[in-house]
Amino acid sequence: MHSTRAGTTMEHPGVLIGCDIHPVFNVVESLDIFGDRYLARVFTPAEQAACEGVAFAERLAARYAAKESILKLLKVPAEVAVPWTDIEIGAETSGAPTVSLTGRAAEIAATLGVSVIELTLSHDAGLAMAVAAAVVGVKVEALAA
Amino acid sequence: MTAVDTVRHVIDKHGKLKADVANLAEDADLYAAGMTSNASVNVMLAVEDAFDIEFPDELLSKCTFTSIGSICSAVKGLLEAAA
Repeated sequence: MHSTRAGTTMEHPGVLIGCDIHPVFNVVESLDIFGDRYLARVFTPAEQAACEGVAFAERLAARYAAKESILKLLKVPAEVAVPWTDIEIGAETSGAPTVSLTGRAAEIAATLGVSVIELTLSHDAGLAMAVAAAVVGVKVEALAA
Repeated sequence: MTAVDTVRHVIDKHGKLKADVANLAEDADLYAAGMTSNASVNVMLAVEDAFDIEFPDELLSKCTFTSIGSICSAVKGLLEAAA
């Protein structure tokens, strides 16, 4: 239990965050060496399709950073296996990124009380980055305070 | 070449460690030695190539790729299961 400033209590600190930065070159290198095997193990078919175009590697790198940021947000223990494809990064029609979890990642999120993960991505100068955030476990009395 | 030697070779080529792989203990933490998440993906794929195996989803944890010993243990289990 954690006390809030208003003196009410929450079951969890309330906000989970995660961030990651990823060199685009790492994706280029992995694609050069392992090609489709790398793609298939890390990115869902929908993610691969969404990244098609001249900025293919940059978009993949941003999604890789997103997956890592979400693994950090979920505080996945080292002994727990979460395939990268359990975390799918999509996009709204506006272009804003969305997060869809399946399998073990979805189970961990449910355990933590995470229902929605907000995500922001960027890439520039050979680097891609992501920040993920979620509000969790806030009791009604804490919200009313 | 033993399985340990093969795994060392793979890590030397793909692990991007800041330490000399040849002098690394089998239980030394590869992440502490500088292996990044992306490098661990490359190590995983290269180990699969070297041993003609595929790591199933249930082995895709950080622990599996924490050390030379943990990777060898996973490889041994997969090879025995395939025999």
